[in-house]
Amino acid sequence: MLEVRNLSMRFGGLLAVDQVSLDVQEQEIVSIIGPNGAGKTTVFNCMSGFYKPSGGQIIFDGKEIQGKSDHKISLMGMVRTFQHVRLFTKMTVVENLLVAQHRHLNTNFMAGLLKTPDYRERERKALDRAAYWLERVGLMDLANREAGNLAYGQQRRLEIARCMVTEPRLLMLDEPAAGLNPAETRELNQLINSLKEDYNVSVVLIEHDMSLVMEISDRITVINQGRPLAAGTPDEVRNNDDVIKAYLGET
Amino acid sequence: MMAAQNVKHALFCAIITLVISYPILGLKLEAAGIRVVLTGADASTLVAIVAAAVAVFVFQLFRDTIFKGLGRLPSFSPLANREPMSQEKRARVESIALILLLMAALTWPFFASRGSVDLATLVLIYVMLALGLNVVVGLAGLLDLGYVAFYAVGAYTFALLHQYFDFTFWQALFVGSGLAAFTGMLLGFPVLRLRGDYLAIVTLGFGEIIRILLNNWTQLTGGPNGIGGIPDPTLFGMEFGRRVKEEGNISFHEFFNIPYDSNHKIIFLYLIALVLATFTALVIRRFMKMPVGRAWEALREDEIAARSLGLNRTSIKLSAFTIGAFFAGFAGTVFASKQGFISPESFVFLESAIILAIVVLGGMGSQLGVILAAIAVTILPELAREFSEYRMLIFGAAMVTMMVWRPQGLMPVRRIPIKLKKAE
Repeated sequence: MLEVRNLSMRFGGLLAVDQVSLDVQEQEIVSIIGPNGAGKTTVFNCMSGFYKPSGGQIIFDGKEIQGKSDHKISLMGMVRTFQHVRLFTKMTVVENLLVAQHRHLNTNFMAGLLKTPDYRERERKALDRAAYWLERVGLMDLANREAGNLAYGQQRRLEIARCMVTEPRLLMLDEPAAGLNPAETRELNQLINSLKEDYNVSVVLIEHDMSLVMEISDRITVINQGRPLAAGTPDEVRNNDDVIKAYLGET
Repeated sequence: MMAAQNVKHALFCAIITLVISYPILGLKLEAAGIRVVLTGADASTLVAIVAAAVAVFVFQLFRDTIFKGLGRLPSFSPLANREPMSQEKRARVESIALILLLMAALTWPFFASRGSVDLATLVLIYVMLALGLNVVVGLAGLLDLGYVAFYAVGAYTFALLHQYFDFTFWQALFVGSGLAAFTGMLLGFPVLRLRGDYLAIVTLGFGEIIRILLNNWTQLTGGPNGIGGIPDPTLFGMEFGRRVKEEGNISFHEFFNIPYDSNHKIIFLYLIALVLATFTALVIRRFMKMPVGRAWEALREDEIAARSLGLNRTSIKLSAFTIGAFFAGFAGTVFASKQGFISPESFVFLESAIILAIVVLGGMGSQLGVILAAIAVTILPELAREFSEYRMLIFGAAMVTMMVWRPQGLMPVRRIPIKLKKAE
């Protein structure tokens, strides 16, 4: 479904990502791990169109997408979250979910001003979808709160819901468990698993919480200093000597 | 207990009272021989000032005691301790109040003085401008310091089309606002990537370019001499002047067989401005609830997140600029018609600043707040005319006070709750 081939990203003299390859199948959770500054988020930024990669190919559904603009990639069904929560803080929780469904709505000005049947129908569907996902992530009672006033864990869940209302095929989560307590991390674990099982979404995950990564990943890619270090199933990666060295230092 | 601090504070307040009353009451110090004499007030005024200062002193001195005493009194207000209104009731009360207000606005010019109706027309022009700028600054978060350029485009389009092609007000209204909208889009293109200070500077420059262009393109625009003889609006071909200017038209008072009254024209223009301002408010209100309105706000809140969700930055920003400029064109056409004469001097940077001040004072993004602020900012300087040269000083002080104590504006945006059906 998604294939990244020899991706490189150069910032001036710094080669932040060097020949990274990665592939994701339908209904698969693939994690990218590595020490801080390894270039994981840069890979994400290239994949989601925020950076134009200096080399390599990114193929989604058989189409090359490297260098395409970010919103176009998003419209193709690859939606991402960010390392730091990026909600529309002054808008309410529902409004956050409605904005995300821009693509499903009738955005014609005249249709909106005249409230055509098609316009109403799509607005209604969007509200239903928002309600469904609010229920799903347990934020229904907070629907009309300002998003900025939610607790941190709730904001994280809202961010995932906001991605899901776009009905993506591939979800890219950048450290979704950062700052969550163990109970919240367990919930997140279940949620991500259910996204894969129940909604046919593939997930690419950047995460530092190793227990979470080992538990839910189908495959793991390890990056160190911009270079691919290892790839494979959680068990293979766990027992890989290079990975142990990179994480624990040499003995 | 009366601390020394209290005395000091009270004394300070009393002195401030004295100092402030000097400019507000228009007192003047004049040299009479070797002595300085206070003029501009008779004895009773001076006594009143001193009494006011003493009252302030005493009140500040015993402030704590007084407030404690007040707190012990039972609340007299029937409004206190009431449950807040439910959302639906509140919405209903608000819409009834708005309709009553609109009816009052429709009828009062028939009883009011000519001067106040004229001022009210100006207020409505500023309401249109401020509502339009509110889209760009308040909703989309794009700081535009050259907004007056679109206002100028609207006004000059009418003036020029009349001069060269004999357009009437109604024809020019749509051409003018259309052209202003187009200019808005043109400005939008180069500034798409800019935000904040950079955007402000570029738009500022754009506003100046338009003004200087109008000033120097003498063959077309008449330069600093401006363009005069801009006609008043007509009502289905009826003119409001004493004599008909254009062939084939007939005048309002002849058609209805009533005596000529120069007030008719003023009132008619006011009503047009009222209808257009209401139209502006309603259309923008709908926009705010439409996908594009939410997209504007999302882009203001977090552009990166908005893009990651598939929002097209280019089209959304351009739409904000275009729609904002469109309504400035509306206001410009009405302004040209009201004045009958326009020159580049009406479209200086100060105008942009005032419109921006209205938006900020009203509460960014809030329509009702912006309308209230437009009324306040236009009328206050008129009411304060008696303070002569201290007028702008008071105006500025009011703004500073406002920003210190109520930075969110007169009426900050209230988010409209959306009812959700529970999914089965």
